[in-house]
Amino acid sequence: MGESKIPFAKVLRLEARGLAVRRGFRLLFDALDVDLASGDILQLTGANGTGKSTLMRLLAGFTQPDAGTIRWLGLSEDDEASTLLHYHGHREGLREALTPAENLAFAAGILGGDAARIPFALERLGAGSLADLPVQVLSAGQRRRVALARLLVAPRPVWLLDEPLAALDVAGQALVGDLLAEHQKSGGMAIVATHQPLGIEVRHLMLGGVAS
Amino acid sequence: MNALFAVIRREITLARRIGAGAELGIVFFLILISVVPFAIGADQKLIGRIAPAILWLAALLATLLGLDRLLQADEEDGIVDHLLLGDTPLMLVLAAKALAHWLVTGLPLSLVAPLLGLMLAIEPGAMLPLTISLLIGTPALTLIGLVGASLTVSLKRGGLLLSVLVLPLSIPTLIFGATVVKEAAAGRAYETPLMLLAGVSLIMLVIAPLAAAGALRFARN
Repeated sequence: MGESKIPFAKVLRLEARGLAVRRGFRLLFDALDVDLASGDILQLTGANGTGKSTLMRLLAGFTQPDAGTIRWLGLSEDDEASTLLHYHGHREGLREALTPAENLAFAAGILGGDAARIPFALERLGAGSLADLPVQVLSAGQRRRVALARLLVAPRPVWLLDEPLAALDVAGQALVGDLLAEHQKSGGMAIVATHQPLGIEVRHLMLGGVAS
Repeated sequence: MNALFAVIRREITLARRIGAGAELGIVFFLILISVVPFAIGADQKLIGRIAPAILWLAALLATLLGLDRLLQADEEDGIVDHLLLGDTPLMLVLAAKALAHWLVTGLPLSLVAPLLGLMLAIEPGAMLPLTISLLIGTPALTLIGLVGASLTVSLKRGGLLLSVLVLPLSIPTLIFGATVVKEAAAGRAYETPLMLLAGVSLIMLVIAPLAAAGALRFARN
C-alpha cells in the first residue's frame, strides 16, 4: 500500500490567465484565472452549462481557449505537460469487451504506468473481485471504480477529475476523498468538478458566479 | 515501446473477442470473389483475365472493413483522451494501431489470396506475385484508412464518408498492385510496378501517421 505514496519530485505550478471560451455566440466564461501549485486541490462548481467540463478539457490541452494562456511551471526541458496529467471524464475510458485488468494494462502501457500495480489499484478501489469480468457486465458505479484505479496504476502529479463521484455509493465517495488526500500529501495537484463535498480541505472555484 | 505493444496486444485481443478478426475479413473476401462469376457468367477466359483486378478490388474493400471503428470506438469510450495524454508520441501510437489492423486484415488476406485466385482461374505463375503484391500494398491501404479514420473520428455516421475519402486515395496502390499480378499472369517482368507499389507504401508509412495525428487533434478541437 505504501508504494502509492511516492512523492512527486517536481513542484509544479499551473498558471492560467484570462481564459475565455465562446460557444456559438455565447460567452461561456471570460477573463478566468486559475492558479494552483503542487499540493492544491481545487473544487470546481457552477450551475449546469457554465463550462466546468469545458475548462477541464481546456486544462488537459484537448481544446484551445478563444483567449488566454495556460502555463505549467516547473517542468523540465523534455517534459510535455500532457504527460503529467490524468484526465477522468464522463466517458470512462473503458472498452466493454475487455476486462478491467486488460483495460488497465492498456492504460498502464499508454500512460507510462506499471501493470504490476493493477491488482493493488483494483483492490484499493474495492474492485479487486472484478478484475477478470468483462466491463460489459459491470454496473455504472463499478465501472467508475475501475476507471479511477487508473490514477493509481500510472501515478501522475496532476489529476483532472470531471464528476468523479457520479454513480459512486457513499463508501465510494469517501474513497475518492481518501485518494485525493493521499495525492495531496504526496505533493500532487487536482482539479475536481463536483457539487458534492469531498471531505478534505480544498480551494473553491465557482463558474458562472463569484470566484473565491 | 511498452505503449506500442500495449496498443497492438489490445487491438488483436479486441478483434478476436468481438469477431472482427481475421476470419471475418477472409470470409468477406471469399464472398466478394465468389459472386463475381455469377455476375459475369461462365466465361473462364474472361474471368481469368480480369482476376487480378477483382482480387485487388476485393482486398481493397475487405481492408475498409472495420476501419471506421478503428478510432471511433476509442473516441466514444473516451480512450482517445488517454492516447493524447500518453508518454508516447501520438503518431507512433496510431502507427501501432495501423499495424495491428493490418495484422488482422491485410496479412491473412494476402496469405489466402492465392487459394481464392484459383476460383478465378488465375494463372499459376501469378499466385506468388499476387501474395507479394498484397503483402506490400495492403499496408498502404490500411495507412490511408488510418488518416480517413482520424478525420471522421467525431462523426456519428463516419463510415460512409470514410469510404468516400479513402477510395480515391487508394487508386495508385490499386493500379500498381493489379499491374503486378497482370504482368505476372502474362509471363512478363513485374519488378517495376512492384517497386512503385512498395514506394507508395513507404511514402504512406512516413506521411500517414503524421497526418492522422494532426487530423485527430484537429478533429477534436
